[in-house]
Formats: sequence, C-alpha cells, structure tokens
Amino acid sequence: MNRYPLWKYAMLGIALLIGLLYTVPNFYGEAPAVQLSGAKSTVKVEAAMVERVQQVLQAASIKPDFVQFDGGSVRARFADTDTQLKAKDALSKALNPDAADPRYVVALNLVSNTPRWMVSLHALPMYLGLDLRGGVHFLMQVDMRGALKQAVDTYASDARAALREKRLRFAGITREPNGITIGLPDAAEAKKARDILADRLPSLTWSDEPADSGVRLVGRLAPKAINDIQTQAITQNIETLHKRVNELGVAEPVIQQQGADRVVVQLPGVQDTARAKSIIGRTATLQFRLVDPDTATAAEVVPTRGGGTVGLKRDSIATGEQLKQASATIDKDQRPAVSVRLDDVAGRNMRATTRENLGKPMAIVLYEKGKGEALSVATINGEFGTDFQITGNFTPQETADLALLTRAGALAAPMEIVEERTIGPSLGADNISKGLYSVTGGFIAIAIFMCLYYMLFGVFSSVALAFNLLCLVAVLSMLQATLTLPGIAAIALALGMAIDANVLINERVREELRGGAGPQQAIQAGYEKAFATILDSNVTTLIAGVALLTFGTGPIRGFAIVHCLGILTSMFSAVMFSRGLVNFWYGRQKKLKAVSIGQIWRPDGAVPAAEQPDA
Amino acid sequence: MEFFRIRKDIPFMRHALVLNIVSFITFALAVFFLATRGLHLSIEFTGGTLVEVAYVQSADINRTRTTVDKLGFGEVQVQNFGTSHDVLIRLPVRADVKQTEVADRVFDALCGAEQGTRGTKQYLTPQGEQVSRPSCTTADGKEPLTLTRTEAVGASVGAELYENGAWALLATVLGIMAYLAVRFEWKFALAGIIANLHDVVIILGFFAFFRWEFSLAVLAAILAVLGYSVNESVVIFDRIRETFRKFRKLDTHQVIDHAITSTTSRTIITHGCTQMMVLSMLLFGGPTLHYFAIALTIGILFGIYSSIFVAAGIAMWLGVKRDDLVKAAGKGGDPGDPNAGAVV
Repeated sequence: MNRYPLWKYAMLGIALLIGLLYTVPNFYGEAPAVQLSGAKSTVKVEAAMVERVQQVLQAASIKPDFVQFDGGSVRARFADTDTQLKAKDALSKALNPDAADPRYVVALNLVSNTPRWMVSLHALPMYLGLDLRGGVHFLMQVDMRGALKQAVDTYASDARAALREKRLRFAGITREPNGITIGLPDAAEAKKARDILADRLPSLTWSDEPADSGVRLVGRLAPKAINDIQTQAITQNIETLHKRVNELGVAEPVIQQQGADRVVVQLPGVQDTARAKSIIGRTATLQFRLVDPDTATAAEVVPTRGGGTVGLKRDSIATGEQLKQASATIDKDQRPAVSVRLDDVAGRNMRATTRENLGKPMAIVLYEKGKGEALSVATINGEFGTDFQITGNFTPQETADLALLTRAGALAAPMEIVEERTIGPSLGADNISKGLYSVTGGFIAIAIFMCLYYMLFGVFSSVALAFNLLCLVAVLSMLQATLTLPGIAAIALALGMAIDANVLINERVREELRGGAGPQQAIQAGYEKAFATILDSNVTTLIAGVALLTFGTGPIRGFAIVHCLGILTSMFSAVMFSRGLVNFWYGRQKKLKAVSIGQIWRPDGAVPAAEQPDA
Repeated sequence: MEFFRIRKDIPFMRHALVLNIVSFITFALAVFFLATRGLHLSIEFTGGTLVEVAYVQSADINRTRTTVDKLGFGEVQVQNFGTSHDVLIRLPVRADVKQTEVADRVFDALCGAEQGTRGTKQYLTPQGEQVSRPSCTTADGKEPLTLTRTEAVGASVGAELYENGAWALLATVLGIMAYLAVRFEWKFALAGIIANLHDVVIILGFFAFFRWEFSLAVLAAILAVLGYSVNESVVIFDRIRETFRKFRKLDTHQVIDHAITSTTSRTIITHGCTQMMVLSMLLFGGPTLHYFAIALTIGILFGIYSSIFVAAGIAMWLGVKRDDLVKAAGKGGDPGDPNAGAVV
C-alpha cells in the first residue's frame, strides 16, 4: 500500500532536477566584465552596439567570453581582470575619441559566471540585495502637488487662449489646487464659455455658480484626470532616472515605483553617494534656437545627432522650463511627428520669431554637463505659437526618441530624497557569510537531532528538509527575486518551521505503532492523519505572511515573499517528497516487521485511563 | 529515543487559575512598561539618521560622542555595534538640517577628529569590480576609520511604516480569528487570539523593558511567530474536539488535560527544532539579526506556554462544552469531513 506509481517518482525526480538546475547558478560566482552604456541622454546604446564592441575587441586581439546586450547597455565578460582592464582601455579609446566629452561610459563590473546554456534556460542567480552586496538606496518622493500645479497652469493658459480666440469677455482666471475658476459677466457669456471650454479642455468638468458680480465658471479636474497626470509624471520621472543612472555604469540598477508617489533607486556597488546624487538630481536644459548657417559668425557651434555640426544664433526662443509637453504623434499627412506645446510666454516669443524667420531653420538643443547637442534641426514652415509639430523623415521610433529627449531636460515633477541608505562592500560580504552560517548551523543542528531521535525516518525528514531548501532557492532564483538579509533569515525560519510537518508525521507514525498497528499501516495512517494538521499549521502561518506581504515595504517584503514561498515548498517537500523516500525504502517489503523510527515506548502494560474508549 | 514517557494525563488545568493569574500579571507588567518606557523604535519608524563607522583601533566612544555632539544635531546616541571597533551613531530628525546631508557631515567631523582628510578612494576589487567609496586618510596614508553604512529616513516615511505595521498586525489578527472561527467556533477563536495577542504584548513588553531596538525586522518576526504559535492552539483545540468525541465520560477539565498531554511531545519537539534554527541565527547572524532572533525566541517560548495554559484556560473559562462541538461531531461519522482528521 505504500507504493507510489512510477509517475509520482518521475515527478519528484523532475522536481529535483529542475530544483538543482535553478539553484546551481547561485554558486558560480561572478566574473569580471566591462559594461558600456550611454554617457548622455542623446546616446542610445542598442543591440547593434554588440557587433561594434566585438570588432573593437577583435582589433585589439582580446577574446571575450561573450558580448551581450541587455536593455540599455552592452556587457562583455572576460576570463580575468587583466583582460578586463585591457578591454576597457581598448573600448574607451575606440568609442570615446574625445576624452573630454565622452559619449559612452565604460565601466568595470561583474556579471554572473553561469554557463551560457543555463542562461539560455533562464537559470540565473538571485539578485543580491544591497545589504548583501553594498551600494546605495534612495527612496524619492515625487511632488505630486507640483505635477498637478504644472498641469493646472497649462489648463489656465489654454483656457485663456481659447476664450481670447473667441473674443469672450472674462474677468480673470484663478488657479485652484485641482482646477481653475473663470469670472464671467453674465449667464449668457458663461454658457458660451462653457461650451467652448468643454470642447477644448475635456479633462476638466465644468460647472457654473453665481458670484458677486456675474457668474463664476469652475473647471475641476476629474479624479481620473488627476490620476492620469500623476501616473504620467511618475512614469516620466522613472524614464529620466533610467537614462541618468546609465551613466554610473552600474551593473544591475533598480528603478521602481513604490506606492503611488515614490520611486526606489538602488545602485549596487556604488558607494559614492555624492556623485550618485549629483547625477540623479542633474537637470539637463533644453533650448529652442535659430540656426546661423554661417558657422563663422555663429554664437555657438554644437554637434547634431546625425554626426554633423550646426551653428546657432545667440538668443534662445524658448527653454525646457517653458516646455509643457512633447509627444510622438502622426501629423495630418499621416507622417510620424513630434508635437510640442510651450507655455504662453514662450508661445508669444515663438510666434514673433517664426513670423520673421519663415523658411529658416530652427534647432532644438539639449545641454548636458555644459555641452550642447542639437536634437533636431527643422525648417520653419509657418507662423506658430504655443503648439506646433516637428516633422521630417522620421520613423515612429525616432519621433518617440526625440519626444523623450525633448522632455529629458526636466523631471515631470520635482523629486526629493526621503530615504537614503549606503552599505559598504565589506558589510555586504559579512552579511552574506552571517546569513549562510545561520542557515547551515541551524540546518545541521536540526538534522542531527532528527536523525538521532527518529533514526531512519529522521534521515528521511532531513533529506526532505534539504529538498525544501533546494526548492525554495530554485523558486526564488526562477522568480529572480532579490535576496536580502531578512530574506535569508526567512529561509532559516522557513526551514525551522517546515520541520514541524515531519515531526507531526513521525510522531503520528510512532503513535500508530504504539497502538499496535503494523508498520505499513502505521506509515499509511501516520501520513494521512497528520496531513490535516500540517495544512492547518500552514494556513495560519500563511495568513501572517500574506499580511506582511500586503502591508510591508522594502526589507519586510523580501522577508514576506520568502516566508510565503517557504510555506508552499515545505508542503510539497515535507509531505510528498518524504513520503516518496519512505515508500521507496519500505514500500516494496511486504513482510515488513519493523521500521526504524526510534524507540517506541509503551507505558509498561498500563494504558492511561483516558486512553480507554468507553464506547 | 523517546523523551516523553508520560503515564498519566498531566493535570494542567488544575493549575490554570494560578497560571492565568501569572499570565495576567506578566501581561499587565508588559503593558505597564510599554506605557511608561515605550518602545525604542528604530529610525525606520521615527525617521532620523544612522551612521556606522569602523575604526582600525578600538573605538573611543566618548570621544566620538563629543565630536558628534559638537555638530549640534540634537540628542545623539553613540554605541558599539557588534565589535569594539564598530560604532553606531544615531541622530534624530531635525527640521532645520537636510536629512541626507547629516551622515556626510558626521563622517567629516569624525574624520577631522582623527586628523584625516576626506577623499574618495577608487580601487578595483580582486573580482574585477570598480568601487569608489568615501574615505578618510591621514597624512601618513593610513585609514583610521571607514564608513560602513549610513541610513537616512525622513519623518513622513517613518510614520507611514508605523501605520503599515499596525495594519499588518490587525490584518493578521483578524485573519487568524476568522480562520479559527470557521475551523472551530467563536469560543476557541476568542481564546486562541487572546492567548496569542498576549504573546505579542509580552514580546513588546520585553522590548520596552530592556530598551531593545524595535525595527521592521522585529515586527516581521512578531507577525511570523504569531502565525506560528496560533497553530499550536489549533493542534490543541483539535485534540480537545477529538477527545470530546472519543471519551464521553470525561469532564471538560479532563478532556483538556488529556488533549494537552497527548500533544506535548510534538509541541516540544517542533518548537525545539524551530528554536534551534533561531538560536543559530542568534549565534551566527550578527548584530543585524540579533533582535530579530530574540523576538522569535521570546515568541516561541511564550507561544508554547500560552497555547497550553492561556488558550486552553480561556476556552475553559468561556465554558467550552461538549455540546459546542457535538454539532461538528454530528456529522463527524463522515470520514470525508475535512475537520475530522486534524490530530497529532
């Protein structure tokens, strides 16, 4: 009766193999690598860069293990640090001809030493959290009121422009925290204004109320519109941060939204907070300038994205702070275009300039670290003000890039660092060894005790516990979870709690044997009857785990994820796997006389009164 | 081997009154210390700045304190952390100073006190990673101290964590109560949750009395142990129900005694194993896991105690009767009953 069908053994075997496959990458360690990323917003590292890097390395007769592209940067792995340094020099020389104005960041760091065939199966090591690896952590608060205020400002100027255009009389526009109020002389005018504005500014809900003199027209942002503004602000800020962080040449930066209005930035390996902060907090500036075709008389000559240069006239028409919006669209001829919107002041300036300079070129220049680069040079085809479009021979991807770069100058909303953590590299290594010692120490202690107390069943329990550890690490690696010190503590605790299931089973089997059951029946009954209790114990533990997962942030989340996963894997290993071992060992022996589960003590003949059922 | 050679049911409930009084006094003391001394919350909750530095020589705590005091950041705490070389400095939130600059200025001052100059040290690790870190070097090229870690938390973030922690506790308590109520009936649910909340309050009481630092990790430990020890009550309640069904002649007292006696072996071994793991964390885990492991230890020990004496005791005072459980037993003949099998 204690036999598993073949498919169950096969399943356990496969689980074991998969577990091993995904656990092993964690033990390969890391190898030296060179990472290449863009030094400026305008430099985009793409997959094609891999080939370039390979060529450069080949020319310098350096053989990398591999060169790969992973979203935003190219990394090449080398056998030793000498080759790594040589490769860095070769790449810097070839790709940054002007050392004073580098286009690429060539950084030394580490990549996992996992063999390629494992990587292709997505068998990768877990990420190590900052507390295990060293680095900086910033929690940045996005000023949502600032983002809303910006939006309200735009609505106010749009409303003013719309009413002026239709020559409606109004007494002024007041900005409210989440909308605008317009004073109008009477109900009739208010009606007209309301019709125009409802059409032009559909994201505001309009209502009118009587005021001291005339009527007050109130436009309020709908909750959905507020939500949209905030989502957009945070997304744009995260995009901008990504671009800037590239410049630090960090191997695995984490930039994530946390909650409604916060962004977490984690830079492993970075210790220099001052530099990290200056890069994250830097604002690039954007200028709209007229082009001077004669570079000799030009006030300034800047490179263009295509590789040429362009001369600029002295005065700036508009700046990045006056830019309200830049997005990729399709123009009326169905060509990809970038639509730009400026604020009122810049719009007036733009109108005056374009009127006088029809047919002449205008450039959008992005200044980063004091150096300018023309994002686009376009001919002025007509007179325009706040809203205009830039067209050219763009692909949709190019317009998306250009729009992004045009916005890159500014963060959508101001951000402030509300939490900052730095962890030294030695502390990280120290924490890893402490965590490992804790787990190993506890595991060995438990295993020794179980083996002594429950003999062979104890060995089965210990093997099952080891299998549990394997499964847990494998699942965490598969999920590419970030391992932190609280996470390791949770692994230890999960093991300490998981043994409960095996204790329950073993005690129950003993009890059955004590009651006089045959060995095979005792095993069967022991496993079956203990299962409900095991389920119970896991449910209560899981409730606490889920509560932690729901309300926890940062380190607590790491703990909670491991805690919950540990409960799930322990169900599998303690019940199914240990049963598999027991079945494999004892299941085929039909005339089993005894099982090795330690001493079965019987109160010498005298059964306690309560033990005698009276029914 | 067999540790538990129990011949007769141990009359746990005979002492229930005394033990419940002891419990109540411990509980009252815990509440008293919580109220008067309060928890020593980590800066994760209160906001503030933390700087950990490692000296090459044994650190002179007093000199460090004087140096930091001179900066005028308010009430500063300076203490050893782990070894005599490591010093931990805690600074409160100040409205007039930018939080993220405090750590830098503290390191500056400490560096100055050692006649060192601040700089940035760049080097390549043997593995091949480029590291640049703030450093403090003296004229003869030595580094008297290094910055191990810093942490700066704004007051608003801290307040939120505090709130979320409370929510997590509440959610756990309600979730477990609901589970117990479904699984058994309200008397057990109430008894189980009172018993385990009593543990939580006592753990907090310990932290208040000894002024141990209460961090997010400790909170996680408390919630984890709450879920863990409720399970203990579940096992005992299960046995009580089973015993009520099996032995009709025993009174409530005897039933509870029998249930507890027959689960003792499992209780002690399971908790012993978990405690071994926790002990390993306490020994090897270093200062970061220290209070985490302590909270777990107290939680596990009181978890055993409260499940046996407090939970069963309260269930008894609440007047658990055979009739309460016979309803469940009415359909108890059904072997497929999901509630029937949970026994040890």
